[in-house]
Amino acid sequence: MTHKIEVQNLYKVFGPHPQEAIKMVEQGKTKDEIMAETKHGVGVANATFHVKEGEILVVMGLSGSGKSTLVRCLNRLIDPSAGKVMIDGEDVTQLDHNQLRRFRQKHLSMVFQNFALFPHRTVRQNTEYGLEIQKVDPEIRKEKAMKALSQVGLAGWEESYPAQLSGGMQQRVGLARALALDADIMLMDEAFSALDPLIRRDMQDELLSLQDKMQKTIVFISHDLDEALKLGDRIVLMKDGFIVQEGTAEDILTNPANEYVAKFVEEVDMSKVLNAESVMIKPREVAYFSTDGPRAALRKMEHASISSIFVRKDKKLYGVVTADDAIEAAERGDKTLEKIVNTEFIKVDPDTQANDLFAMLATSKYPIAVVNDEEQLMGVIIKGSLLAKLSEKRIKEMETQ
Amino acid sequence: MENFSIPIGEAIEATIDFLVEHFAFLTKAFSEVTGNGIDILVSVMMFFHPGVLIFLFAGIAWFITKRTGIALFTLLGLALIWNMGLWDPTVSTIALVLIATLFAIILGVPLGIFAAMSQIFYRIVMPILDFMQTMPAFVYLIPAIPFFGLGKVAAIFSTVVFSMPPAIRLTCLGIKQVPNELVEAADAFGSNKWQKLFKLQLPIATPTIMAGINQTIMLALSMVVIAAMIGAKGLGGEVWKAIQRLQPGKGFEAGLGIVIVAIILDRIMQRVGGKTRT
Repeated sequence: MTHKIEVQNLYKVFGPHPQEAIKMVEQGKTKDEIMAETKHGVGVANATFHVKEGEILVVMGLSGSGKSTLVRCLNRLIDPSAGKVMIDGEDVTQLDHNQLRRFRQKHLSMVFQNFALFPHRTVRQNTEYGLEIQKVDPEIRKEKAMKALSQVGLAGWEESYPAQLSGGMQQRVGLARALALDADIMLMDEAFSALDPLIRRDMQDELLSLQDKMQKTIVFISHDLDEALKLGDRIVLMKDGFIVQEGTAEDILTNPANEYVAKFVEEVDMSKVLNAESVMIKPREVAYFSTDGPRAALRKMEHASISSIFVRKDKKLYGVVTADDAIEAAERGDKTLEKIVNTEFIKVDPDTQANDLFAMLATSKYPIAVVNDEEQLMGVIIKGSLLAKLSEKRIKEMETQ
Repeated sequence: MENFSIPIGEAIEATIDFLVEHFAFLTKAFSEVTGNGIDILVSVMMFFHPGVLIFLFAGIAWFITKRTGIALFTLLGLALIWNMGLWDPTVSTIALVLIATLFAIILGVPLGIFAAMSQIFYRIVMPILDFMQTMPAFVYLIPAIPFFGLGKVAAIFSTVVFSMPPAIRLTCLGIKQVPNELVEAADAFGSNKWQKLFKLQLPIATPTIMAGINQTIMLALSMVVIAAMIGAKGLGGEVWKAIQRLQPGKGFEAGLGIVIVAIILDRIMQRVGGKTRT
């Protein structure tokens, strides 16, 4: 199975004799050692990864880790020193100048950190740029530009100049310029890093909702782990030109490949990353309102050694019954749970953050129910399970340090 | 030491002799074209009554700058020149400056673009420009004479040589100053070299290029005055005459005329270059 983008053993070395430095990398020397010995800067060292069609891959690392160089090697704004970049089975590194231009026009659009809008062109002319240089008919390119602008919520601004817009709006223009091109791959180089946090979050949400509709293949560069976790279907983590780990957000958080990744991940507030879904446990037993009476409920509670049980009615979560109430009801000879079922309990959706769960648990005498959109019970959270999950992560972190 | 001197002067002379001998057809052609150009421009300007032309210039100044002050200054300044009886030499000087500037731009801007695009050419041309700008302006007058003889064409030649460097330099600078991210963006969307140049680099470099052209005009004006020594006539010719006849009053009047022309050209050009969007 070939992927949309496959990068194999990619190197970028800055300096007159890259081959020497590449040999040294192969011998296992680090970026700093190579710099000290040969004065060659290693930008990207032996990078191998792939991007699947329609996914967002986030390349993450601190500044100087080579992530911007890596993404520029994909569209050859920087020519790689060695290695292959296969896009749709075609090796980009082998294209000549004109083939490369056409390849970029067809497949690769790009969004830049500082927007890189052309100041002498209006918003619409900026958006049209990619089409204009392909000599697309003015009417058609205007139509496409307007469509892209309305997609990013900038309809009505097309005759303004970039300097008249706020940062967030400027980057929307940058996004529209990339969208108007209809290329199947979008490279985003720290696209939201220059925006203030609130706008950044809006833009992230917007990108995700656009991506739902467009299904483009996106390579997103970021130095912000929270951003990477939010946007990335998968994450590639870089350090000093090397890829140190590749995987889903979950993989990277729970199984850091080495100390560096662990340190990186450490800064993420665990309780923020963990949500209700990841700390809940499967309910061991559930009572059915229509069939179970107090005795049946008691037996189930005994069996699961729990002191309260959630009650289901018509496939939906209905209420909760405690063991004490069930014993009383059984002594009274009740046949159903009708009198003792308590419908006042806390239910949360699976995305609720772990931080918020602590407070809820403190005020409730029952476990918290995690329910999906159809009000079906997905799991329960008890204080013990929440703490256990959190400490599990902490221990893992400490082991890796 | 004095017995043996490196024959730099001799070499230059030999080169010039060689060029004069073998490339006379080129210099003749240049002479012909430039001489005719100047004559036509001067006779067109002289066709109008000075009063009409002064209003026309003031109108042009207002049209370009949209500043009443500059238009008014043009009107009054040129009227003063007319009043001082310096109208004919002024027309001649303006014609020389315009033609020389035109040549300097036609040669200088493309050279500047080329210097911005080619690192090798940049390295070759920059020291030459330094050399050209440091060399005393008078020196350019001397080789102009064997090529073109005394007169306006020789003046134009030395003026072009003297005034071209800022056009080259600032065109190159303007293009190099285009932010790298913008150039990357143009590249990333698959522009070719010319699309990048005409759709991005030149528009963004325009204010800098206009500043270079402004400097070129100012240098051309100063050189046209010096070129009076080889028979360029014009306002410089009046100054030169006043020096030879020891007439400080006449000399000052002609000098004032030059200042007025310089201020008018400078203010107009600044407005042309200043129209930028940030």
